[in-house]
Amino acid sequence: MPVDSYRYLPRSFREGFEAFPIQETEPVRANLAVPITDAKIALMTSSGLYLENQEPFDTDTELENPLWGDPTYREIPRDTKQQEISAAHLHLNTRDYYVDFNVALPLDRFAELESEKYFGSLADINYSFMGYQQAGTPDWRSNQGPELIGKLKEQGVHALILAPA
Amino acid sequence: MPDTAAKYELPRILGVPFPFGHAFGAPNDVEMQREVSEAAIDLLTDESAVTVRKDLEHLEWPQDDRTAYKDWQPSEPSPIIGYNASRRDRIEEKKQVL
Repeated sequence: MPVDSYRYLPRSFREGFEAFPIQETEPVRANLAVPITDAKIALMTSSGLYLENQEPFDTDTELENPLWGDPTYREIPRDTKQQEISAAHLHLNTRDYYVDFNVALPLDRFAELESEKYFGSLADINYSFMGYQQAGTPDWRSNQGPELIGKLKEQGVHALILAPA
Repeated sequence: MPDTAAKYELPRILGVPFPFGHAFGAPNDVEMQREVSEAAIDLLTDESAVTVRKDLEHLEWPQDDRTAYKDWQPSEPSPIIGYNASRRDRIEEKKQVL
């Protein structure tokens, strides 16, 4: 049985989500180029996580312009510790990220599974962005997206698991 | 939101019965987080020609629905909520004037 996508959403939101226009692009599908036991996997979250020594996601500008969301992303090393993590997101309660950031970016879980040889390896650098974005995501299409793909290729990543918050 | 992902024909979708912001499960619930992580990795090995979707509907969130519904939401409504409410009010006002 499928999970209910709207279980924890106000009923008024459902209509808006169902009315999202379908973008007229061909779906992209690619199979893993290597066995899973050789695959390098990177993780990406839209929960607004960042490291304490990084610039927070810009919530001030979003407060002034509700149609805008910070389009930048942050690099999160695989050995990041809980006390190094902060979060900036105006659409979520970020409390649990200060308790256990693995609920959004499971670096510890993937490190454990790597050591058990469930898959090849976890990427050294994983990624976080803030999921509320300007309609059409123009910055991601022209800047962040291509840049991120380049970085994933440089790391030799075979697959990216995107965990929307 | 797996239904939205399916609408956009994303190639591999994992559905989890969790509130927003908790794609991999509850805080400090290592077993739950591992199960979701393993399921996500397993999906990568699927070579179907069409969208594949797996739902982990058997996983149980540790809060009742009412609490979970409130708990994931920010303490203040996000800016777009206020913006949309103002927009609706302005539209209603115009309708009344006409």
